Amino acid sequence: MNIHEYQGKQLLRDYGVAASKGIAAFSPEEAVKAAKELGTEVFVVKAQIHAGGRGKAGGVKIAKSLDEVREYAKELLGKTLVTHQTGPEGKEVKRLLVEEGADIKKEYYISLVVDRATDRVTLMGSEEGGMDIEEVAEATPEKIFHEVIDPVAGLTGFQARRMAFNMNIPAHLVNKAAKFMTGLYQVFIEKDASIVEINPLVVTGDDQVLALDAKFNFDDNALFRHKDIVELRDFEEEDAKEIEASKYDLSYISLDGNIGCMVNGAGLAMATMDTINYYGGSPANFLDVGGGATAEKVTEAFKIILSDEHVKGIFVNIFGGIMKCDVIAEGVITAAKEVGLQVPLVVRLEGTNVDKGKALLNESGLNIIAAGSMADGAQKIVEIVG
Amino acid sequence: MSIYIDKNTKVVVQGITGGTAKFHTQQMLEYGTKIVAGVTPGKGGIDVDGVPVFNTMAEAVKETGANVSVIYVPAPFAADAIMEAVDADLDMAICITEHIPVLDMVKVVRYMEGKKTRLVGPNCPGVITPGECKIGIMPGYIHTKGHVGVISRSGTLTYEAVHQLSEAGIGQTTAVGIGGDPVNGTNFIDVLKEFNEDEDTYAVVMIGEIGGTAEEEAAEWIKANMKKPVVGFIGGQTAPPGKRMGHAGAIISGGKGTADEKIKALNNAGVEVAETPSVIGETLIKVIKEKGLYEKCKTH
Repeated sequence: MNIHEYQGKQLLRDYGVAASKGIAAFSPEEAVKAAKELGTEVFVVKAQIHAGGRGKAGGVKIAKSLDEVREYAKELLGKTLVTHQTGPEGKEVKRLLVEEGADIKKEYYISLVVDRATDRVTLMGSEEGGMDIEEVAEATPEKIFHEVIDPVAGLTGFQARRMAFNMNIPAHLVNKAAKFMTGLYQVFIEKDASIVEINPLVVTGDDQVLALDAKFNFDDNALFRHKDIVELRDFEEEDAKEIEASKYDLSYISLDGNIGCMVNGAGLAMATMDTINYYGGSPANFLDVGGGATAEKVTEAFKIILSDEHVKGIFVNIFGGIMKCDVIAEGVITAAKEVGLQVPLVVRLEGTNVDKGKALLNESGLNIIAAGSMADGAQKIVEIVG
Repeated sequence: MSIYIDKNTKVVVQGITGGTAKFHTQQMLEYGTKIVAGVTPGKGGIDVDGVPVFNTMAEAVKETGANVSVIYVPAPFAADAIMEAVDADLDMAICITEHIPVLDMVKVVRYMEGKKTRLVGPNCPGVITPGECKIGIMPGYIHTKGHVGVISRSGTLTYEAVHQLSEAGIGQTTAVGIGGDPVNGTNFIDVLKEFNEDEDTYAVVMIGEIGGTAEEEAAEWIKANMKKPVVGFIGGQTAPPGKRMGHAGAIISGGKGTADEKIKALNNAGVEVAETPSVIGETLIKVIKEKGLYEKCKTH
């Protein structure tokens, strides 16, 4: 789960981590009010969307007066920002963050991430902060420093200082930077984040070390123990079908094609998409119904697939292990009847209770095209949809 | 011969009184797996399908001599269950549970350092040595005893591959689902080493997917050490790059982890990679025919 920059900065402040001062605004009037309250000479008006690359896409504006704040707020609110992280459809700006301008001496990069290669949380930092950090990582990987953190000891003082020295933070500010990093690690661990990224971290003219941006991503599997984080969720940033799916613990991702897919297991779901593509078709979604699906969940999954108007046919590909085929069959039948299925349906069932499942489908009286294998099913649905 | 588990393996089921665990305990017993104990804190003294239930792992192991555990404990408590299995000095703990918080697993992996227990999973289908011992949630009937080892990051794709092999008359020594979580126990190389040493295994099927660099590392190991033919498949070749926030994920993986990178690394190590998941079996048969191993692998 992602949160907005202004929410992330509040979280940082809660942990004693310095962040630039600002106030969230939902209208031009609120933006002006926020600027008045800040009372500085220069303001930064920042679009709040769940994606990076906002600066390059024109989502960050420097205002030198309250009138300019109002103008930029009007311009940004309702605008669709397309960055390399939003996808081509972009994201509409509905919230702003109005901040005081900072006297930036230098921009740095700092982040924490769970590294699957070491099975540890890793602190990454660089003196090449700012907009093009991925290019820095690719062209000059030696400019990105890593500290692998032992979960028992946590981020130690010497590691944080070593990182600060490696990043060429001015010597008299190294301790401040180290304190920033240990606070960052603390919030990362206590809130079960999977990524925290501060880009840029800045050193200011008055010797502050503070976060000018904050990107948080939280581990969905740990949200059950963080009610406060769940409250920060912004549903408007997410795909409506994906939200609906998450209510039923279904893993759903919208795609551009016209063949609806319902599969169990993420690996098989990806392989099913690969196979549909291989035969010249185009999947409308990725949908993993997971291990513990009930007939009700399968019914909901079906409804979500059918709520996509681009769907011209559905391919159900189930290899039951923990998931029983008869449960899938019941769900498919209930859903097809409930929604009055209009599009062709190809079903491939294999695995636990397969005979029961097939019998249920045969007796249902529904027009279901049976497939003998994943390849057979993919070919059939691609042919029908055309 | 086989790897990790066989007819002598004594299994303890952690979380045995839950619905899923009960169903699969029954399935495992029907398959012939020796389940000697179950553990659910507070339910000690009862039995499930004739299997005695204990309050703690220490007690279960002491009373029954169990050496491998299978974990069906709900995600919020699963990391603790793994550590309890490690503390009880088991040979292996196989964790089926999905959705375990990743920082819990970071702690578990640290806790396991220097300890005897091997962890398989979490979020995996389990391990099966056909005809001898099935531990996990995989449908038993698709497997047949034989000479091909199977390793996979994806549960249902493992079934797909095994099913194709069995249909084509190619049995399996052992199939190991290592699970798809970012932080886990056993990796590809651990299992490849075992299959490389196992006299009964003549060839290996390895199924990976996009994300991480485990397949690339396995490819390097295969190139340097593997004496037996390996056939691969990588899931997610056409998956669109996800919408994401921030750059840290991309930087830490150094641009690796795409299907193309993995396929290239595997090909470079002499591993033939199936073009679609439906031809994993065919691809293996083609390769073992080329190596003159087909007759030895054909079991039925």
